[in-house]
Amino acid sequence: MIKRDWLYICRLDDIPVSGARVVRIEGRPDIALFRTLDDRVFALHDRCPHRGGPLSQGIVHGARVTCPLHAWVINLDSGRAVEPDVGAATCFRVRCENGEVFLHRADARGTTAVAERETCAVA
Amino acid sequence: MNAKAKQKLVLIGNGMAGVRTLEELLKLAPDLYEITVFGAEPHPNYNRILLSPVLAGEQTVEQIVLNDWDWYRDNGITLHTGKKIVKIDRVRRRVIAEDGTEAAYDRLLLATGSNPFMLPIPGKDLDGVLAYRDIADTHAMIGAAQKYKHAVVIGGGLLGLEAANGLRARGMDVTVVHVLDALMERQLDASAAALLKLSLEQRGLTFAMNKKTQELLSDEHGRVRAVRFADGEEIPAELVVMAIGIRPNTALAESAGLQCNRGILVSDTMQTYDPRVYAVGECAAHRGIAYGLVAPLFEQAKVCANHLAEFGIGIYSGSVTSTKLKVTGIDLFSAGDFNGGADTEEITLADPIGGVYKKLVIRDDKLIGACLYGDTTDGAWYFKLLREGRKIDDIRDTLMFGEANLGDAGHAGENRAVAMADDAEVCGCNGVCKGTIVKAIKNQGLFTVDAVRKHTKASSSCGSCTGLVEQILASTLGGDYSATPAKKPICACTSYSHEEVRAAIRENKLTSLMAAMAFMEWATPNGCATCRPALNYYLISTWPHAAKDDPQARFINERAHANIQKDGTYSVVPRMWGGITNASELRRIADVVDKYQIPTVKVTGGQRIDLLGVKKEDLQNVWRDLDMPSGHAYAKALRTVKTCVGSEWCRFGTQDSTRMGIELEKALWRMYAPHKVKLAVSGCPRNCAESGIKDVGVIGVDSGWEIYVAGNGGIKTDVAQFFCKLKTHEEVLEYAGAFLQLYREEGHYLERTVHYVGRVGLDYCKRRVLDDTEGRRALWARLQDALRDEADPWHEPQKAAVDLRQFAPIKAVLVEESA
Ligand code: SRM
Ligand SMILES: Cc1cc2nc3c(=O)[nH]c(=O)nc-3n(C[C@H](O)[C@H](O)[C@H](O)COP(=O)(O)OP(=O)(O)OC[C@H]3O[C@@H](n4cnc5c(N)ncnc54)[C@H](O)[C@@H]3O)c2cc1C
Ligand code: SF4
Ligand code: FES
Repeated sequence: MIKRDWLYICRLDDIPVSGARVVRIEGRPDIALFRTLDDRVFALHDRCPHRGGPLSQGIVHGARVTCPLHAWVINLDSGRAVEPDVGAATCFRVRCENGEVFLHRADARGTTAVAERETCAVA
Repeated sequence: MNAKAKQKLVLIGNGMAGVRTLEELLKLAPDLYEITVFGAEPHPNYNRILLSPVLAGEQTVEQIVLNDWDWYRDNGITLHTGKKIVKIDRVRRRVIAEDGTEAAYDRLLLATGSNPFMLPIPGKDLDGVLAYRDIADTHAMIGAAQKYKHAVVIGGGLLGLEAANGLRARGMDVTVVHVLDALMERQLDASAAALLKLSLEQRGLTFAMNKKTQELLSDEHGRVRAVRFADGEEIPAELVVMAIGIRPNTALAESAGLQCNRGILVSDTMQTYDPRVYAVGECAAHRGIAYGLVAPLFEQAKVCANHLAEFGIGIYSGSVTSTKLKVTGIDLFSAGDFNGGADTEEITLADPIGGVYKKLVIRDDKLIGACLYGDTTDGAWYFKLLREGRKIDDIRDTLMFGEANLGDAGHAGENRAVAMADDAEVCGCNGVCKGTIVKAIKNQGLFTVDAVRKHTKASSSCGSCTGLVEQILASTLGGDYSATPAKKPICACTSYSHEEVRAAIRENKLTSLMAAMAFMEWATPNGCATCRPALNYYLISTWPHAAKDDPQARFINERAHANIQKDGTYSVVPRMWGGITNASELRRIADVVDKYQIPTVKVTGGQRIDLLGVKKEDLQNVWRDLDMPSGHAYAKALRTVKTCVGSEWCRFGTQDSTRMGIELEKALWRMYAPHKVKLAVSGCPRNCAESGIKDVGVIGVDSGWEIYVAGNGGIKTDVAQFFCKLKTHEEVLEYAGAFLQLYREEGHYLERTVHYVGRVGLDYCKRRVLDDTEGRRALWARLQDALRDEADPWHEPQKAAVDLRQFAPIKAVLVEESA
């Protein structure tokens, strides 16, 4: 089941703690893969809702990232900008099992309905 | 819903009053009108008030935009910028622009503002003669300040002084010409005006009082070169700014047959004589008064919107105005009738040494005027008493000491916000009361002035109520907000200040981020983008070899060791010692540019070469192929040491400035600091390396070297201050190094040397570095020890703790299920 719906990306340890990596899938926009201090993993489209800054290059704090270009703060679990800024980066479902990180294939392919993506925090 | 087509509303004048009316209207009746806006300026609506900080270099034009292009689009408003309306056809109900564009209206709103008044004297049309009204004027002034030296501002009122201050901040010699013998005579009494003049003189402005300007003289190219006064005196001027008053812009209304008399005449509902046509703002005359400040205009906007929305209940009955001068560092407030007369009494307080002057004017037990200089914290309270016309006989004794002293002596200052009533106005420009702010802080969980600004608009126009907003934050949040500015927490993650954090790290030998945060009971698990880099710097600068540098606590530039660009690529600036290069370096650079197809190569303002648009994946290879050290152009660290050619070649050179520069750069590179650090060495006082605006500037003279410190060429130019004179190269290294180590040990993160020295005082630095020989040597030794094993991140990435994983994206392949 894991094989069919989920795409293996990397080991948890390939992502720096309180940091991020860029995931590149041929023909798809870059994805930023984040790891928090408490080892939760989140994935967002690597484009800030403000002016497209690469979120993967920001500073990760708590479950948020500060964009490197103009310091908007983005919630990792929903992709939404922290108020009063408005806008959201598309988020992707990820799961982490036995130290391995997987992305939801439908999300990675870009075929998930928007409504299902409201939040991508996976327990 | 009725299916009737929307009515058409046309606004002429895309400025502060007109657009505020639309904002108010959209709140009340978002779907009533199809709205079209014509503005003569090519910009969306911006905050005209803040042109002064833009001129002074404290803000940018982008920062003062109030409604950006998206706002018009999102609200379905058709916006025509750069189109001036030249005709209103009231019979066919159409407006016609200069370029022929037409629009039909059911309701028309005029908000054409005013025109600056120009003295009708010979020379008024010369190049270089300007008014101060819009972005174009401001840009012209900024441009002139870069090219010319002498500016003359005609008019010693609010606008003139703000213009003069801004031009001075941009490095011009500015003379303010005023026909009377006191500045701002309509807002200040003679004593306050004298204090104001004195402190402006101390900032470097020159005044020509009691002078009548007769003529502006031209140079051979038709540009102004001098101002001649009626008494025959001439002073040089390559830029003349006239700020002598404004006239309501009524030409268009008059040509359309609308009644005007020093403004377009409007009723209490902001309607002109043609009930389909409204007017608001500086162009409108209400009960004989055309206002020239935003607070009354915003009140008018509210009433006008109410009528446009067909609510029909708002009445505008005039405003009492108050004045503040927006020159950073000068506090001035006046309201009402402060000159008094036979039937009035005055209470004054004057402390010329402390620079404080207050005058309150009372008639029939009521406050009718106030003029405050130096301490304006109670301005809003006096203004409220004045507008309410409240009897003050019961509080007369303590009136002068301000609201905080009412029945609670001894808690001066801090209590003011607490004592304020909920309906007391805090922000005069936007009409925001204390209650609104308190509610926003509580309901929306705000804890910074910036957040309050975004949510309530308070302090977002002229900014002079910022202090009061801070007090309200403090009193509302209690322990969550530190009351005195001396002890501002680093950010919302902690209650500790920069100093306290540094002391804790030093005294408890904290060497890792997690240990420091745990010890100081940080409120968040791993801080935020503000405190984490600061803590990381404090750790590594306090415990150079023991503390562990955390790349994830560094801003991207310092993590990737290159500057991020707006498209997500990076720029690479290799180090060129003292600005010296050679053929093989240049050849390698050229080869790298070709090999990695680098789109832009630029010589920087710091005497080296910038390769812009490098892909992150290529960075490591680019560094390797360049085979030059990191220039740290991305870091809060030593940047460049600029040099001039000096005595080796130059016919004026007294010292070998190039060699001195290279020695300094080799001794100090890889030095992280609270902020970036720039040095320069010039070979003689002609100073071709611009040593006068550097963190440490060195100037060669016949007998040795002069050292200057704490200069800054950036956002606000500050000339470096003379520090000492030295003989040998070794001394220059030791003294410069010791000064910089002091800054490294005591500077707040993101504080440049100019601000550090401003905070602790130059005398203090002199005591530590010049007078205390032992101490100086110890500082220099500590710096050398810290730099001893600091690595070059480009060529020794492991040692410099660079996380190399970042340079390679993780590649994944989506194989389709059927496959
Ligand atoms: C590349 C360069 C412009 C150029 O093309 O010439 C430049 C580029 C930037 N400057 Fe600068 N500054 C450059 C020389 C200067 C100079 C002139 C000088 O060094 O002699 C100044 C005034 C001198 C001074 O610093 O006092 C200067 C004052 C600033 C400031 C204002 C600093 C201040 O304290 O007021 C900033 C903003 C900041 O640092 O917060 C800034 C920030 C920046 C940033 C880092 C903006 C940013 O955050 O992205 C730019 C990075 C561009 C990039 O990615 O490469 N830059 N900048 C210059 C690099 C010099 C070098 O070789 O290292
Ligand atoms: C440098 C400066 C500092 C100031 N500081 C303060 C301050 O500290 N506090 C304060 O309260 N006030 C201050 N003011 C005054 C304040 O900015 C004005 O009172 C306010 O902007 C007036 O608003 P308005 O909408 O009436 O006019 P404006 O904001 O001037 O808008 C009028 C607009 O209409 C356009 N227009 C005119 N005719 C036509 C036409 N025929 N067709 C199309 N468009 C047209 C103009 O180009 C202009 O953009 C300051 C002003 C300046 C210039
Ligand atoms: S290089 Fe410097 S001056 Fe130029 S745009 Fe960037 S920050 Fe501004
Ligand atoms: S692009 Fe992210 S904050 Fe501007």
